[in-house]
Amino acid sequence: MARIALSSSLAPYADGVRELELEVANVRQLFEVLGERYPGLQAQLEGEVAVAIDNEIYQDALLQPIRSDSEVVLISKIAGG
Amino acid sequence: MSDTLKYEEKKLKIVGTRPLRPDGVDKVTGRARYGADYNLAGQLIGKVLRSPYAHARIKAIDVSAALALPGVKAVVTRDDFPEMPNEYASAGELTVNYRAVTRNMMAREKVLYDGHPVAALAAVSESVARAALALIKVDYEVLPHVIDVVEAMRPDAPLLHEDQYTEGVKPKPARPSNIAKRLEYGHGDLAAGFAKADVIIEREFNTKPVHQGYIEPQACLASYSADGQAELWTCTQGHFVFRAQCAKVLQMDVSKIRVTPTEIGGGFGGKNNVYNEPLAIALSRKSNRPVKMVMTREEVFRATGPTPGANVKVKIGCTLDGRITAAQAEVNFQAGAFPGSPVNQASMCAFTRYDIANVRVVGHDVTVNRPKVAAYRAPGAPIVVFGVESVIDELSKKLGIDPIEFRLKNAAKEGTQTYYGPKLGPIGYVQTLEAARAHPHYSAPLGPNQGRGVATGFWFNIGNETTCSLNLQPDGTLTLNLGTIDVAGGSRASLSMMVAEELGIELERVRPIIGDTSTLGFNFVTAGSRSTFASGMAGVIASRDMIEKLRARVAKIREVPLAAVAWKNGRAEPADARVVKFEPMSLAEIAAMAGRTGGPIAGHAEINAQGAGPGFGAHIVDVEVDRQTGAVKILRYTVVQDVGKAIHPAYVEGQMQGGAAQGIGWALNEEYVYGADGVLQNPGFLDYRVPVASDLPMIDTVIVEVPNPNHPYGVRGCGEVPIISPMAAIANAIDNAVGVRLYQQPFSPPRVLEALSGPAKR
Repeated sequence: MARIALSSSLAPYADGVRELELEVANVRQLFEVLGERYPGLQAQLEGEVAVAIDNEIYQDALLQPIRSDSEVVLISKIAGG
Repeated sequence: MSDTLKYEEKKLKIVGTRPLRPDGVDKVTGRARYGADYNLAGQLIGKVLRSPYAHARIKAIDVSAALALPGVKAVVTRDDFPEMPNEYASAGELTVNYRAVTRNMMAREKVLYDGHPVAALAAVSESVARAALALIKVDYEVLPHVIDVVEAMRPDAPLLHEDQYTEGVKPKPARPSNIAKRLEYGHGDLAAGFAKADVIIEREFNTKPVHQGYIEPQACLASYSADGQAELWTCTQGHFVFRAQCAKVLQMDVSKIRVTPTEIGGGFGGKNNVYNEPLAIALSRKSNRPVKMVMTREEVFRATGPTPGANVKVKIGCTLDGRITAAQAEVNFQAGAFPGSPVNQASMCAFTRYDIANVRVVGHDVTVNRPKVAAYRAPGAPIVVFGVESVIDELSKKLGIDPIEFRLKNAAKEGTQTYYGPKLGPIGYVQTLEAARAHPHYSAPLGPNQGRGVATGFWFNIGNETTCSLNLQPDGTLTLNLGTIDVAGGSRASLSMMVAEELGIELERVRPIIGDTSTLGFNFVTAGSRSTFASGMAGVIASRDMIEKLRARVAKIREVPLAAVAWKNGRAEPADARVVKFEPMSLAEIAAMAGRTGGPIAGHAEINAQGAGPGFGAHIVDVEVDRQTGAVKILRYTVVQDVGKAIHPAYVEGQMQGGAAQGIGWALNEEYVYGADGVLQNPGFLDYRVPVASDLPMIDTVIVEVPNPNHPYGVRGCGEVPIISPMAAIANAIDNAVGVRLYQQPFSPPRVLEALSGPAKR
């Protein structure tokens, strides 16, 4: 199962959970599972979250594959000026 | 799925050279058309009535007298725009909330800052419009206001939004607050880390809001037709995002708004969001005439987004040999009238240059009675880095360690675990520091009252949604239709260069244009140092798409297998003439036959570019402090930065110099000054002093190139990083020159004099 970590800025929206393991094939599935499990995180997942999959940051990439041995970190979206 | 093309090292003919920019002649001859240069027959002039109060409830608005004035054709107020629910969308700086967008463009229940729009009207001339504004009667109930971020965080502070409860806090607070959001990043054991430290320094810093200072004020022209279509010409960093925002707040179909971007006289993050654009369309809809709206400089200052003012507390501990054991920061940012400061990104940037096992950063996004903040190059990072790099400098001095050596001892490298989540990939921070240390500037002698400072910066860089098309014209030349705005950084040149390199043709044969919103799919704003990275990736994909189509066409024309056709030297040649021979075909020859052999040929790319590579910079500055006046003179300045690959080195150097120049202004002079009444006192360049050429020395640049593995040419991006370090570098240089450390920006003569005579003097 992929190892999922939430940055400390997102943990308050997920009942304080920082780490968990999930069997998900891509980012969309990851967001669906997390949104069901932690409804407080739903709004963040819809607009403010990026993911780092094996240390590569992806933004707005719902179909990006997640391997079963992947390390995934949910972080805040990044933009700029 | 990711569309990332991986880096390939190869011999380059065009990338890395310094050709003239395709938009250069128009700009130096005055032919280039900026926002205010567009006009339509029969157009009206639109003007905005703005709040004179920092905080007031709107009891009533009476526009009848204004409407009765001859020449006034339409008036809009809050009643002309629908209420919007909380709905979030990306808009460059951070996510925008449409409920706030619609309230920022036109006040509803309350005005929340001096300059907040209350009504807008369109009239046959500017003089009539101004006369009509004076006839609009607004009944205000003036409320207590709050300007300062620390004051706004107090429980008894005047409240901007009665329904705003601090997010990120569990359980939900019982009372509403100006603190819109609390966030926290970190890893390790902070207490254990500080326990290992031999030296701990803790300091507090305060900064004022500063404006992006773009020379061209916001300007737009809107024309709404009887069949419900709207056309909009505007100076913007992202015409697709402007179209989306206008469609949403005006409840129009996106496809019924066509936005044409004009040349842009600077943006730097300040032109990512709409201000007058929806008002102009609404006024045009109501008057059945085109409506032109051009902001005055005063309006730009009073109503468009500055960067936040902030309060930042930093605490860092390290061992006697200079190894950082723990780092902590509290980052309190003014968001302006609506939530959404860049405190999140600033918090993520605070310590990312360093490999630190124990880190904690707490951030607060705080609403105050000022204009809603907007992005400004590396949003938020210069503010927090001012604090962090000042403390790093103090630590290195206290321990007697050279400041670059101190940073090298703690430098982040590939594989360093960040405190916000992932490990860093291949980065060039160490190479950047080593290049700075080796630069002659770093060892040059200094005179009396002169000092040298160093500071470093980090920015993520981004990719995002990007499209482009590449059309083969009948004579074999190419039109590159881009969807990312060239914000004067020269991206049209850089992107054309990558296309020419891919196709193996002369650069002059590629003509880049910025297409309007009806010609391409969605493109995100030009922000976050993304354009050369993401549009470059799209341009390469479109070029390779075109090459495949060219090969296929030649295979048909020459009646040979596809595999027998290779694209070499800018033409179709036999892949192996010993196997299959045919007469090569140039682009012009293929183009001449295209219409009769299957039709026109074009390459396309529609991607969401991923894999942006972080950038790092190191700045060295020499200053001279006048002990009599407190004036700080910049004697010498050097910017060293890893950009991955400089496609057009001159324009990369221009970004580095421009960022440094803006950062110098931020450090030395720029600040919003508010009176006790909450009204902005210096809304003009006479009293808000940006640096001019005579204030600055030649800014030297050193380009470091550690390729980004996730771009075909190794591009990282370069526009954000150079503004991050100047404030800290100059503060460190002043301390080095005269032995006083400044904790409050700007380092203006009165503040330097005060510090020279105060307890901080060493």
